[in-house]
Amino acid sequence: MRAIGRSALGVLRRHTTAALVVLLLGFVGGIEIAVPGTVTPIWISNIVLFAAPLGILAAGQTLVMLSGGIDLSVASIATASAYLMATHSSLGGVPAVLWGLAAGLVVGLINGVGVAILQVQPLVMTLGTGLMTEGSLIVYSQKILATAPRVPSFIQALGSGKVFGAIPIDLLLWAPIAVVVLIGLRSSGFGRLLYAVGDNREACKLSGVRVWQVLLADYVLCGLLAAAAGLVIVGGTNNADISLAEVYLLPSVAAVIIGGTSIFGGRGGYAGSIVGAVILTVLNSLLTLLDAPEPIRQILYGAIILILATAYTRLTD
Amino acid sequence: MTAAEDIEPKLRVKSRLGGFRRFVQRHPSLVGMPALVIVFLAVTLAIHPEYGSFDAQSLAMGAMPLALAAAAQAVVLISGGIDLSVGSMIAVSNVLAASTMENATFGQSLVLAAAILVAGALQGAVNGLIVVFSRVPDVVVTLTTGFIWGGVALLILEKPGGGAPEEFLSLGAGTLFSPWLSGALVLVAAAVAIIWIPVRTSRLGLLLYAVGSDRAAAFRSGVNVELTRFLAYVLGGLFSAVGGIGLTMTTGIGSPLAGIYYTLSGLAAAVLGGVSLAGGRGGIVGPVLAAYVLTLIPTDLIFLNIDPNFGQVIQGTLIVLVVMGGGLVTLLQGRRRESASGLNNS
Repeated sequence: MRAIGRSALGVLRRHTTAALVVLLLGFVGGIEIAVPGTVTPIWISNIVLFAAPLGILAAGQTLVMLSGGIDLSVASIATASAYLMATHSSLGGVPAVLWGLAAGLVVGLINGVGVAILQVQPLVMTLGTGLMTEGSLIVYSQKILATAPRVPSFIQALGSGKVFGAIPIDLLLWAPIAVVVLIGLRSSGFGRLLYAVGDNREACKLSGVRVWQVLLADYVLCGLLAAAAGLVIVGGTNNADISLAEVYLLPSVAAVIIGGTSIFGGRGGYAGSIVGAVILTVLNSLLTLLDAPEPIRQILYGAIILILATAYTRLTD
Repeated sequence: MTAAEDIEPKLRVKSRLGGFRRFVQRHPSLVGMPALVIVFLAVTLAIHPEYGSFDAQSLAMGAMPLALAAAAQAVVLISGGIDLSVGSMIAVSNVLAASTMENATFGQSLVLAAAILVAGALQGAVNGLIVVFSRVPDVVVTLTTGFIWGGVALLILEKPGGGAPEEFLSLGAGTLFSPWLSGALVLVAAAVAIIWIPVRTSRLGLLLYAVGSDRAAAFRSGVNVELTRFLAYVLGGLFSAVGGIGLTMTTGIGSPLAGIYYTLSGLAAAVLGGVSLAGGRGGIVGPVLAAYVLTLIPTDLIFLNIDPNFGQVIQGTLIVLVVMGGGLVTLLQGRRRESASGLNNS
């Protein structure tokens, strides 16, 4: 019996993403048993709709964590992107979106310069730029009272619409990003370098890798992905608020950790983060179904994240 | 008079100067931070000559929770961890104080304050236990427990409210002896003295630094690494609880969301105050003083008629510049060392 248990653990250890999928199916099954009739194609499509922005944020976070860093400014970037886009919507769709993405580019670039060239610890660097971004946004929001933020209809469609009544439009953005990240991490030179830099930066330097270029590109990519996620989020809420994406900071880190990417770098991948993002979205939907008051939901959500992260760390250590 | 006698006093002066230099090198924040505080106060006086005891009082009150948040963060950082739940723990103590003390007498509220300190230490203990036993990285654990403590604060008090007896509030919001000596200032000094000095001078202080600077080496020297890390979080919880009670004294009410702000600015103050995120370096006085500098920034902006909302931008920029400057210095030193070793080789 014990041998079977041990070999089962061994299988889980080797196929961690598969284990996560089993866990996800367990969650979904639990919901169906608790509230029969919940799990319908529409419910599933809604879960994907809500998971997409988190999944895109987690893509950036995964890239950064693989290199041994962390980005605590993703939520601020997403908010800034959404807000800038909404206040420039009168210029037309494309310029507005470019304004949003520019927020991600600029903050990502500052993060990258700090981390890659000046060798600041990523945690402090992104914390500082997060504060800077939020502060600038507050100042900016008070300066532009004349042009009220407005979310264009195509962004609303992106964040809340579905095609053929079932396929969320944001999946059409998330899926290509996911494919590029998954394939890029596995088989592009840049992807390989990210793992290498996260695993042993010194060795990379000694073998002639320009580590700073890799890290700079990494943080810029993360900033751009966070900005894109911000556009999807504001499309869903249809209300550009200066604290819009604040709630996404914890899930963006948690999805990656639960997905099995090591915060110390060099280990993990995006497949796990995708499942992590879906698990967290299902969890949120479960807590909504339970109709618990907000504080209780918050406590349960945190506790379950801790349990999952602990189980994962214990399993793979 | 012999030559030796002639030289000796010079040597002694030199060694005393060397001692001072060594002191500066060992405790850069103990010299740099007070200097920065003085510079900022001087600037404030220069742009606002009417700066009076009332302004000093509001600075002391405004900075109190931040100073204690910085102290809480500093202890944990020194031990090699990081606590992103400091703000939420401050919020919990804040709402606990405001909701239980509303109809209490002064004596009862003192007892309640002691109980809240214990509760704060317990929250820190929960953080520490999870960090030690789950082996999940500190950042992730405390980011999540911060979320949980935030829920607990909302559970205790849904909306801003509650209160405390007037005499209790005046401990932090009043003044002692002179209008310049704010109760808030005394409270911060007392908390640091009562909690930190015994720790720093005892074995535990040494262990905190040892574990923070090299966990493996500390373990091999027979240090109980897990217990030390756990105790660092307990101390962090304790400081946070003092901060939460202080917040109640200065605002007069409890607010479940007011504390959250102190996580990031407390960490900023700790980093500005010379505590290394890598652990094992820095003290508590630097971070506490940095809290006063960070609080002076928005005040100065108001005096200068600049939108005080720029305060947050400046705080963020200041953190980034300080750590970038530190990075630049090590980068240049590394270059110099590299070129020096290159010369040796050739």
